[in-house]
Amino acid sequence: MEEIRAEHLCFSYDGVRDVLRDLNFCIGQEEAVGLIGANGAGKSTLLKILVGLVSGYRGRVEVGGLHVEKKHLQQIRRQTGYVFQDSESQLFLSTVYEDVAFGPRNYGYDETEVDRLVMEALRQVHMEDMKDRQIYRMSGGQKKLAAIATVLSMEPRMILLDEPSGGLDPRNRRNLIQVIRTMRGARIVASHDLDLILDTCRRTILIGEGRIVKDGPTEEILTDEKLLWEHGLELPLSLLGRQ
Amino acid sequence: MARLQSAIAALHEVDMGRGGERNGSSIHPLARFVVCLGYLVTVVSFEPYDLWGLMGMSLYLIITGIWEDISIGKGLCGLRYALFAVCFLGLVNLFYDRSVIYKLAGISVTGGMLSFATLFFKSIFTVSAMYCLLRLIGMNGLCRALRRLGIPGGAVTVLLLTWRYLIVFLKEIDRMGQAYMLRAPGQKGIHIRAWGPFVGLLLLRSMDRAETVYQSMLLRGYDGGFRQAGMEKGERTGISILYAVSWIGIFGLLRIFPVFVLAGRLLTGMG
Repeated sequence: MEEIRAEHLCFSYDGVRDVLRDLNFCIGQEEAVGLIGANGAGKSTLLKILVGLVSGYRGRVEVGGLHVEKKHLQQIRRQTGYVFQDSESQLFLSTVYEDVAFGPRNYGYDETEVDRLVMEALRQVHMEDMKDRQIYRMSGGQKKLAAIATVLSMEPRMILLDEPSGGLDPRNRRNLIQVIRTMRGARIVASHDLDLILDTCRRTILIGEGRIVKDGPTEEILTDEKLLWEHGLELPLSLLGRQ
Repeated sequence: MARLQSAIAALHEVDMGRGGERNGSSIHPLARFVVCLGYLVTVVSFEPYDLWGLMGMSLYLIITGIWEDISIGKGLCGLRYALFAVCFLGLVNLFYDRSVIYKLAGISVTGGMLSFATLFFKSIFTVSAMYCLLRLIGMNGLCRALRRLGIPGGAVTVLLLTWRYLIVFLKEIDRMGQAYMLRAPGQKGIHIRAWGPFVGLLLLRSMDRAETVYQSMLLRGYDGGFRQAGMEKGERTGISILYAVSWIGIFGLLRIFPVFVLAGRLLTGMG
């Protein structure tokens, strides 16, 4: 069963130059897919299109069986979690608990259920002890994990992560890898951290100049030094030793 | 920049209230809001010469400060410039109202002095009461109280988002200011030549960030409504009503009976 499907997807911000050009792909229900590409390749734009933050695309995009258009956005967003590249902007309430509880409260859960969802999400990112911390006093890595918890608390069917490992120390990064691995449902991880992709995704899509350059097993793509080099990337550090 | 950072920290503290919504208090924000409103109305209603009657209203601040562990001095310190402005305006009274009301230890106390002191304390009391309210319930609590009062959800949301934008805006000023200062060593403030691009970029950046915040809200089910008006975990309707009624009653008594004067008479055996 497909969770995400894109057919002939094209998008342009200015109506002149296409940022995404004729993308075609499907992502299954429990599939974890890495999205890689150089800066400006269109990774973040693609993720934003999937949750309807960017409109005006051409082609057809379906998420959870629903066509991504205005009338379906509420349902699509209900089942899709999106972790922003800039977690600082994703968190806007004063304490971790309040921010993580924002989504469940908006979806009408009672306070007991909200509490359960929040604590479960915080447990997954190992932040139970920080629930009452003031967000503006937290480090970048802690904010990133809190941002992931805000999405997990809504128990989404699929989750899109934009540069999730940015600013994380090695322990928190390891923690993040565990979190992504244990997540249920479809996952798309857009990142320059190829080691993270290697550790979390079995399939990878390489985007270059708005097109899908290659879509296949992660091991196959991330070991192709020439292909990576041509698209502004390098071999993952963990594979460098093998070469 | 240090001043700006402390202002941001203060805004965050106000935003959070007493540990955010999960303050363990059994009193609904609406009850606190109503008490604060009652306090403000009572304080303002005192006559310009009724200084000693007004002083009785300090009891609320003293009790709240001690009971809720709030440093009122800290709040006043943060608002000192506003208080200076009030004092400055009140000084005019000293010159216009020179009629002697009574003599205190041989010193003639004029109407201007009394009305100036009354105005000064009214300012301190009202500002402190607002500070206490925000420290106790936070911005979210205030919005809950307003929503419970029947203020339309849209208006409350606009208030909340404006507040959030203010914080985002100040943070951007702080970031950009730091970036500027690090590349302009020895320079005091931002050079006038850089003001144009600085302000323009500041607006663009803060709007950009505000939009991301809004997108983040949309993705988590926000649809323009404000839903947290009802009772929350730990809050008790009975206790909230009792709290509000008790304080409003006490304010009424303080308005009628000048407790400090009565206590003084009782202690000195006069009157």
